[in-house]
Amino acid sequence: MSDASLSPTGAPERRHKSLLTVDSRTARRNAAEKRFRFYGIGAILIGVFFIVVLAFSIIRSGLPAFTHTVVAVDFTLSEEGFAEAEGQLFKTKAYEGLLIEEIRGALEAEGISVSFDAAAIGRLLGKPGGTLRDHYRANAQDLGTPVRFELAAASRVDGYLTGRVTRDTLQDSRFLEAGDLDLIDALVEAGIITRAFNWNFITGADSGVDNPGGAGIGASVVGSLFMMLVVLVLSLPIGVAASIYLEEFAPQNRFTDLIEVNISNLAAVPSIVFGILGLAVFIQFMHLPQSAPLVGGLVLTLMTLPTIIISTRASLKAVPPSIREAALGVGASKMQTVFHHVLPLAMPGILTGTIIGLAQALGETAPLLLIGMVGFVARGYPDGVVAGFTDPNSAMPAQIYTWAARADPSFYEKAWGGIIVLLVFLLSMNILAIILRRRFERRW
Amino acid sequence: MPLLWVFLIVLTIAIGGYFAGRMRVLQHAGGDRRKMHSLPNYYGGNVAIKAAVPAFFLLVAWLLIQPWIVNSSVSNLIPDSAIAESSSRGLVLSEVRRAANGLDMAVAQGALSEDDARQPDADVTDISAKLQASGAIVTSQITPPVLQAAQRYRDLNTQGSTWMAIAVISLAVAGALWGLRGAVPDYRARNVVETAVRYLLIGAASIAILTTLGIVLSLVFNTIEFFRLYPAADFFFGTNWAPSFSGRGGSSDLGVLPLLWGTFYISIVALAVAIPIGLFAAIYLSEYATPRIRSIAKPLLEVLAGIPTIVYGLFALLTVGPLLVSVFGRDGLGIMQAGTAVVTAGLVMGIMLIPFVSSLSDDIINAVPQAMRDGSYGLGATKSETIRQVVLPAALPGIVGAILLAASRAIGETMIVVLGAGAAARLSLNPFDAMTTVTAKIVSQLTGDADFASPEALVAFALGMTLFVITLGLNIFALYIVRKYREQYD
Repeated sequence: MSDASLSPTGAPERRHKSLLTVDSRTARRNAAEKRFRFYGIGAILIGVFFIVVLAFSIIRSGLPAFTHTVVAVDFTLSEEGFAEAEGQLFKTKAYEGLLIEEIRGALEAEGISVSFDAAAIGRLLGKPGGTLRDHYRANAQDLGTPVRFELAAASRVDGYLTGRVTRDTLQDSRFLEAGDLDLIDALVEAGIITRAFNWNFITGADSGVDNPGGAGIGASVVGSLFMMLVVLVLSLPIGVAASIYLEEFAPQNRFTDLIEVNISNLAAVPSIVFGILGLAVFIQFMHLPQSAPLVGGLVLTLMTLPTIIISTRASLKAVPPSIREAALGVGASKMQTVFHHVLPLAMPGILTGTIIGLAQALGETAPLLLIGMVGFVARGYPDGVVAGFTDPNSAMPAQIYTWAARADPSFYEKAWGGIIVLLVFLLSMNILAIILRRRFERRW
Repeated sequence: MPLLWVFLIVLTIAIGGYFAGRMRVLQHAGGDRRKMHSLPNYYGGNVAIKAAVPAFFLLVAWLLIQPWIVNSSVSNLIPDSAIAESSSRGLVLSEVRRAANGLDMAVAQGALSEDDARQPDADVTDISAKLQASGAIVTSQITPPVLQAAQRYRDLNTQGSTWMAIAVISLAVAGALWGLRGAVPDYRARNVVETAVRYLLIGAASIAILTTLGIVLSLVFNTIEFFRLYPAADFFFGTNWAPSFSGRGGSSDLGVLPLLWGTFYISIVALAVAIPIGLFAAIYLSEYATPRIRSIAKPLLEVLAGIPTIVYGLFALLTVGPLLVSVFGRDGLGIMQAGTAVVTAGLVMGIMLIPFVSSLSDDIINAVPQAMRDGSYGLGATKSETIRQVVLPAALPGIVGAILLAASRAIGETMIVVLGAGAAARLSLNPFDAMTTVTAKIVSQLTGDADFASPEALVAFALGMTLFVITLGLNIFALYIVRKYREQYD
């Protein structure tokens, strides 16, 4: 028999009645657990929220840069009219007179009455006579048939239609007067002022500080492409060669240790220091041309090398030793093993790393500012391949910075638009990298 | 002869040598590859290497040395009396170079005949006018000594490049012939080629060292130059940053402390945003998330690291700044003057740094062995208790390393602060004030029109040096911590 007393009073009191009843301490611990989990979800949601806000503000502010306000006129010029205009002393002025008549006629046809003079049209359109004259001199067959001209309107017209300039804030100036706004309203109603796709933004070059409407990113895209060509041609072979040496041949000694430490340090040096290096070594010391894509490419090459070396070494390391041993076993030299067997197998990984490195270099701005690749020099396209490398030009990010730094807020729209163009390039490069990775993914 | 042509000719000789070498060895062996020590391509490669490598070395050496010799001999032509009071020999020499380039342009455009360009006693007024007419950048009037020096400069350069072309091309031919002598079956061509390739690989790897050397030298020399013009004590301990671009010497205050304060303040704000978000994201991704969520959320967060910094800069300037002003500005709380401020730049930079903290910490938390977690669960701890009391302490050194790396990124970041933080250098505690950083000032000091030899421009190199030393110290410290504690559980 047991000595234990059966009376309930004798038993020690139990703290827990059951695992299933939750006491206050457990409840607290469970609540803490839940909170902690929430913080994690919250952190990720905040991160995703930032991406969404960023994407939203880029798209919302950038898309207007791709369209612009145009004055679209169906213009008919008879042969007599052409002869008469060409016979006058101020020929482009004669064309402008004809254009004004055409606009007047179009407004009347719509039954809209508004009074305006040639000066008002001049404020809205600049000097369109030259465009008209050039067209008819080049295309005589268009005489007598209606031709639709889409003439870019002044940026203040753009500002009025997009709400940047309002009737309340408008101050009469030689650029825009209060009366012009009535004319603009009338023209919009008649369908003469419309919005059209702005090809000039994609293909054009930077404009002066007083002409935000005419600014385009085309020339700096060319500058960026030439720069990327330099980076690709230099950083891929040098980076791959350096990685092959470090991964396959390097003995463990002071020298290779120094190289290793150097590479990991270079990967973390601030980009602006590379700009200082470029300024001091390539421009001050070697007298290479300032603002040239060649110098920009050299600077970015030095910046990209660590990225490429690190990714190349990772993909060389991923090639299994059995491949090497098999090659050595049939009598290949160490060099042949690497170049004939290991390198081709590592190539997809190397290419992926290179594309990602190039994408990073494409978006880099700070070092380019120091070597002078700022936008105001990107006034035109370089003529010829050699000039493409050595002529002053801008790069996309530097061009965007120039626009953002200008006083006229009309340029901000261009800056956002430029960012869309830049991100399209980056996105396509990253997608290419992902496709390459998927396509050649290999499991040993 | 233009450089490009010399280059192409040497390349052609090398390629021709490759095929000649291949053919010759096959002939010698009678087409029987078994008689040869190496594969035919190695014999070709041997010739190509011997043709190209010495020639290119000579080319590079010549290009480095020639300007030196030309400059010093031209410099001797200019008497001390021809150097104006306010000028220096270096400035006169660059004037000479500009005049020489102008002469080249004028001759190329036909404004000046080659003979006229060589006349030492030509009328300088006339020449100046012609040079300006052809679009050359010369000062209003070139003096006779400058003109003569410019002519001598042109002569020496033309002669130099002719001799260079002859020397380089003949060296390439000689090298090719030397290589062709070795194109016989017994020659160990593969060993030669492989040695050469090996040196090429070592050379490529050494570029990292050369880059570091270049950075250090360009910083050090210009910094020393700066400290000759401006006292180092004033730079390091000055509390006022007020560069003057008027050109009057000695009127600028170039104290680095306000810039360092701005840099650290913005970085601290950025880290205060990035560390909690990044760390909690990393914990959730590595401990709680299902593989599916993880495979979506991790790359999504890493997108933030791939966006160019100019985009963040614009985002700060045009979206975040105005938003903060509408809350804290005159219409709201009234404590913020303008959109460019420490919080604007700090907040946006924090967003940029989230993936740096989260990805690195994620890897490190994943590396903590599962046995430690299981032990903790076995003692009855909940998941969050395990993370807080076991996993995080174990991963702490790595996380600290990740944070230090993020901090060095923040200190070196340029575009966000250039666009988002303002340009005023001040020592203030108010995060809604505009402040400026070391990187932003490097940009503004070097993109202005300041004379390159003035302390106002040279200070950028001293700032760069400061930045380089600080970030390098942080990086090395971070790597040291990561390396030292990483092996603990292996």
